[in-house]
Amino acid sequence: MSVVALTPDYEKHIEFRDLESNFHGNRVVYLHWEQHLSFCSAIAFPLPPSMPFGAFVEAIVKPHYNAHPDFEKIDWAQVVWMIDDEKRTPEMEKSLDENGVKHKSLVRFWTPGLSGYKGSAS
Amino acid sequence: MTAKKLGLKQRYAHMTRGLDWETSYQPMDKVFPYDTFEGIKIKDWSAWEDPFRLTMDAYWKFQAEKERKLYAVIDAFAQNNGQTGVTDGRYANVLKLFLTGISPEEYQAHRGFAYAGRHLRGVGPRVAAQMQSLDELRHIQTQIHTISHYNKYFDGLAEFPHMHDRVWYLSVPKSFFDDARSAGPFEFMIAIGFAFEYVLTNLLFVPFMSGAAYNGDMSTVTFGFSAQSDESRHMTLGIEVIKFLLEQHPDNLPIVQKWVDKWFWRGHRVLGLVAMMMDYMLPKPVMSWKEAWEIYFTEAGGALFQDLARYGLRPPKYADIATAEAEHISHQNWAIFYQYTHAAAFHTWLPDAKHMDWLSEKYPNTFDKYYRPRFEMWGQMAKEGKRFYNMALPQLCQTCQIPMGYTEPGDPTTICFRKTQFRGETYHFCSDGCKDIFEAEPEKFAQAWLPVHQIFQGNCGGATIPDVLNYYRMNVGADNMDYVGSPDEKLWNEWQADKIRTAV
Ligand SMILES: [Fe+2]
Ligand SMILES: [Fe+2]
Ligand SMILES: [Zn+2]
Repeated sequence: MSVVALTPDYEKHIEFRDLESNFHGNRVVYLHWEQHLSFCSAIAFPLPPSMPFGAFVEAIVKPHYNAHPDFEKIDWAQVVWMIDDEKRTPEMEKSLDENGVKHKSLVRFWTPGLSGYKGSAS
Repeated sequence: MTAKKLGLKQRYAHMTRGLDWETSYQPMDKVFPYDTFEGIKIKDWSAWEDPFRLTMDAYWKFQAEKERKLYAVIDAFAQNNGQTGVTDGRYANVLKLFLTGISPEEYQAHRGFAYAGRHLRGVGPRVAAQMQSLDELRHIQTQIHTISHYNKYFDGLAEFPHMHDRVWYLSVPKSFFDDARSAGPFEFMIAIGFAFEYVLTNLLFVPFMSGAAYNGDMSTVTFGFSAQSDESRHMTLGIEVIKFLLEQHPDNLPIVQKWVDKWFWRGHRVLGLVAMMMDYMLPKPVMSWKEAWEIYFTEAGGALFQDLARYGLRPPKYADIATAEAEHISHQNWAIFYQYTHAAAFHTWLPDAKHMDWLSEKYPNTFDKYYRPRFEMWGQMAKEGKRFYNMALPQLCQTCQIPMGYTEPGDPTTICFRKTQFRGETYHFCSDGCKDIFEAEPEKFAQAWLPVHQIFQGNCGGATIPDVLNYYRMNVGADNMDYVGSPDEKLWNEWQADKIRTAV
């Protein structure tokens, strides 16, 4: 145990607040559009692990980023995806889980040729 | 025979150290059970030098005098409708941030110093901590009384204690103090007494008080003045604590260094709220956050750590990163609140052209290149009736609990993502500083109550934004959203129209 605690049995009382089992069948997934910092940070969603990646793109990714003027210019076939630290090509019909999206995974994506308002990464 | 009056020195000795005794019915270790587990070694408590020579009765007299003056000013301010004389209605939002985010920490400080004032074995530090505990209680009380006058007119103030315990961004200062208060008494003294009250205090109170002075808020200036002599006592206590610990035993150095590193970084993150206030919320700005950081941290802090080097203590880890962040942090924070204005208990707005020019001048390296385009784009969208909102909840840092909106050191176009594993779980951080803090005490920080995750778990009133705002007791349409179009703005404009009418 690395925490210096008053009670020797501190570890027995740890309350892990964000275990996957606390999210009622969902897992937390973080999403971030690179080079578009008008969206101040990655955004978070509780999602079923069985959700197909394609549905994730349609129901989660698109509606949450469509306010940006660059959104209409996205060529979705060219998008570069990264799940946790690995660049990969997600299989759209397969689930988030099968695509390696675990509890508290971070999904980042790049849209080639688009780097924010007037190229400012905003 | 009449009793001889005691001299000042004798009196002081009797009324402070003279009140202590060695217990005999119970061993001292049982009476003071909390002052050993942190590993700090004290060879001689009597070597503690009292940083200020004040007995409780003298303390009482001084404070009562200050109180009388303060309440006279507050009364006069109310009678003269001082609230109509501030620079702009937007100014009230500074007070909202202060009352919801900082005043409750005065109370937390009161509790924390009461704990240190009970559990430190040496009578010298115990008496000093008890006095500071009373000061802090006085601070929250005078702040509530001062700002209650604004509560008669402006939204966003009424539910401050309730909001403090629940609202997502207020978990940033709240968890900071919860962390300090759940530490041992020595860590608390270094965290709050030294790191906060000595190293960083000028970056908190000077901006708010001089901001108040520049913007015509004489009542807040007066509570600032009324706390000033307390604050100078707190600073002398903070510096005495660190010197005492370092002088007592060489084994204390690595422990103290670890706390200095941790609490500097935690304090720096909380102060990002002040940075945003200084650069964006004051209708008439005093100085930029970057300038304040240079004066109060780089210069004053630099001299301090040079002085402490003789004990082997080095400046806090990541001080260089914090200094580099002074170019960015206020802009990034204001951008967070602008896009989450629907969930904030104060109003937001875009800086106007004149204000943006001021920011360009103060931030020649960063504002025009990275942040002006962002605000101009949002300004354009608002003009087209498409005011920009972020309609999802942000990813939060496990340690500081701030949305992960800070960028890579050296690359302001890319978010800084850091993560670690603990017992099979992933934890995310906004910076190396926050990651290090977690990794030193993962058992503690794995328990963080992260507002976003709590909402997802169904612990914050429901699944929709209105449910959550209701749980926060946010008066939707009045407390939140843009200043333009708010009831605050309407009232302010009426006051201005009245002034013109009476002048004619
Ligand atoms: Fe205080
Ligand atoms: Fe203080
Ligand atoms: Zn952080």
